Amino acid sequence: MPQSQRDAEVFDVVVIGSGAGGGTVAHVLTRMGIRVALLEAGPMLHPAQDFLEHKWPYEYGHRGAGDGGASYFGRGKPFGFFSTTSGGWELEGEPYTLGEGTKFRWFRSRIIGGRTNHYGRMSFRFSDYDFQPHSRDGLGTDWPITYEDIAPYYDKAEAFIGIAGSREGIRSAPDGVFLPPPPPKAHEVLIKKASEKLGIPCIPNRRAVITKNLNGRPACHYCGQCERGCITASNYSSSQVQIFPALKTGKLKIFELAMAREVLLDETGKASAVSYIDKRTRREKRIRGRVIVLAASACESARLLLNSRSSRFPDGLANSSGLVGRYLMDTVGLALGGYVPALEGMPRYDTDGYGGAHLYMPWFGLGKERELGFPRGYHIEIGGGYDMPSVGSFHGMIRRHGYGKKLKESIRREYGAFVAFAGRGEMIPNHLSYCEIDPKVVDKWGIPVLRFHFRWSDYELKQARHMQQTFAAIIETMGGRVTGTFARADDSVPISVPGEIIHEVGTARMGTSAKNSVLNGYCQAHDVKNLFVVDGASFVSNPDKNPTLTINALAWRASDYMAEEMRKGNL
Amino acid sequence: MTRRHLLETIAAGLTGAVEAPISLEAAQHVHNAAEQEKRASGRYTPKFLNEHEYRTVQRLAELIVPADDVSGSAVDAGAPEFIDLLCSGSQELGDIYSGGLLWLDSLMLRRYANTFLDATPKQQTGIMDELGAAARSKDAPGELAPGLRFFDWVLKMTVDAFYTSPIGIKDIGFQGNGVKSEYIVPAEAIEYALKRSPLWKS
Repeated sequence: MPQSQRDAEVFDVVVIGSGAGGGTVAHVLTRMGIRVALLEAGPMLHPAQDFLEHKWPYEYGHRGAGDGGASYFGRGKPFGFFSTTSGGWELEGEPYTLGEGTKFRWFRSRIIGGRTNHYGRMSFRFSDYDFQPHSRDGLGTDWPITYEDIAPYYDKAEAFIGIAGSREGIRSAPDGVFLPPPPPKAHEVLIKKASEKLGIPCIPNRRAVITKNLNGRPACHYCGQCERGCITASNYSSSQVQIFPALKTGKLKIFELAMAREVLLDETGKASAVSYIDKRTRREKRIRGRVIVLAASACESARLLLNSRSSRFPDGLANSSGLVGRYLMDTVGLALGGYVPALEGMPRYDTDGYGGAHLYMPWFGLGKERELGFPRGYHIEIGGGYDMPSVGSFHGMIRRHGYGKKLKESIRREYGAFVAFAGRGEMIPNHLSYCEIDPKVVDKWGIPVLRFHFRWSDYELKQARHMQQTFAAIIETMGGRVTGTFARADDSVPISVPGEIIHEVGTARMGTSAKNSVLNGYCQAHDVKNLFVVDGASFVSNPDKNPTLTINALAWRASDYMAEEMRKGNL
Repeated sequence: MTRRHLLETIAAGLTGAVEAPISLEAAQHVHNAAEQEKRASGRYTPKFLNEHEYRTVQRLAELIVPADDVSGSAVDAGAPEFIDLLCSGSQELGDIYSGGLLWLDSLMLRRYANTFLDATPKQQTGIMDELGAAARSKDAPGELAPGLRFFDWVLKMTVDAFYTSPIGIKDIGFQGNGVKSEYIVPAEAIEYALKRSPLWKS
């Protein structure tokens, strides 16, 4: 590429992507005085200007439906006008394709902080047994690391990020470093009693929201609007909690609107630079580093590796195993709603809380998988309460109650009497679920795009059916009735569309050797020592614990290792 | 002072280009400003609907969410303005309303020799009851089926406009969107729900 411009500076570390993995690496390394360049495909985030926290719908002529009523037509932001997401299921000019028979949805954010700006902030440690799935039941593959290897980094990540939760001594939900949890809401007390009657533990939720001041961040002010972005940074986002503080060290340089295209090698086979498209000028540029870290999200990182072809790596960089892009996993999702007459007419109070539910149910069937008929577990997230009225809040009631005074009275009676349960379950990795480069399609930056292939197996379908039965039992135990199932791949199969839970991981798995994996236990490429992948790509399995906290912990561990290897002169 | 202006002031007070969290006090100011910043009331001039159409939408809104002992109507809550504004920004939506309103009037003229607006209140609610029943039935009568899509739109947008207004938010008693130093769940709410549930004795 003779025409590409070269940045003269050689950075210690070049990081691609600014989400949970990239943010953690930038934070940890700059604190040690290491000079980091951070490439982000989107623009800078400006919370004070961008976030719509505390806004009421009536402050807008369109009431939150968006201009021209976009949300009524399924257009506009995927999580609503007030949400802080930048990006979505489809990005203009940046397509992905699907193999025959595949349903897959890929959510991409293009902004500093990536998807951590809007994610659910559920923060669950993997359990000891989660790292040895194959040893446990013969399915999937064991990780090359154990719970003991990662536990100190869970400690560090939790202490720094701040997780509200409680110590419970439940094996499927290992305890961590917690700030005090907020109390359960009234409908949650009912849910807890119903769950426990059915033998399902229901405990304080664990979310990356601080209930005490921490590292200069003020405690949560309980507006419940985490998804809009928090102007006080009282929840975790890599942008506000890691990247902005890292900028203050003077060791971090951000390259925004930089779409990474390829990792380049020097003559010795070491990664030496990243070529990227500067979106403002649509020109290709290069940035050089002693160490290259991919943190672009599991599928984007796989895409980068597969697009980095050379005579040394004709099938993609660090892909001597042929496993880059393989064993793509998402989380199994299923949600069920219910109506609970006991909640009708309850004295009104503020149910906003710290955003999301204050309780959840960790996996309750450990050791009973054989009788249950499916191998792996799930946890249950819950919903309910008096949400801020928004466009669409009462459409269901119109269908039942029509119009007029009767409708008004019905809405008063039924508002806040609905509950919802969402299962989040472990998928077994399979060889039919993967991403690869589509040989015929490039995006508007000239970069070949991904083609997805995905299949749920019987294990996942059985698990989703069990979720449905469990949630119905809880609703009925509360004296309620089931109102409907959400998240259907099609009318006959109640399970989420692959990708829809936005927990895609596994596309550059770690392992014991270059024969069975792409990375080692430190997220370092077997084939290229100064190349690391610190997003969800390294996951060997995808337990029923939302991946972000584990990405934080693995990226922190990789950063410490990287710094030590650099100090020793090994990189 | 608008919320935007306040946020800009707060942002300007931060050092350098690096974003930093703002204090709870500042968040409270932002919240208060948001509360005060209600839209200035003044006469709305329709941007899309003509006068007859706009008055028809007003009458529909008044019937869909009427005033009662607790709160005002969807007209008081600005539903017609909301519908007109959105139609003015979307050809697709504008077509639904202009076509739907013409369909409704032609039905009313055929039946009662009057437009919807000039029909008697009993005739107006009569046709709405029929449309509501048709919407819930599996096979709607052929005479009404073409109007059901419009009926669905005017219902849902009117209800949305009402409950996203200060009047509607007060009507259902939403207490949130606040700034608190501690989160408390009232014991009487828990007791109320438990006592009414099958779980009371467990």
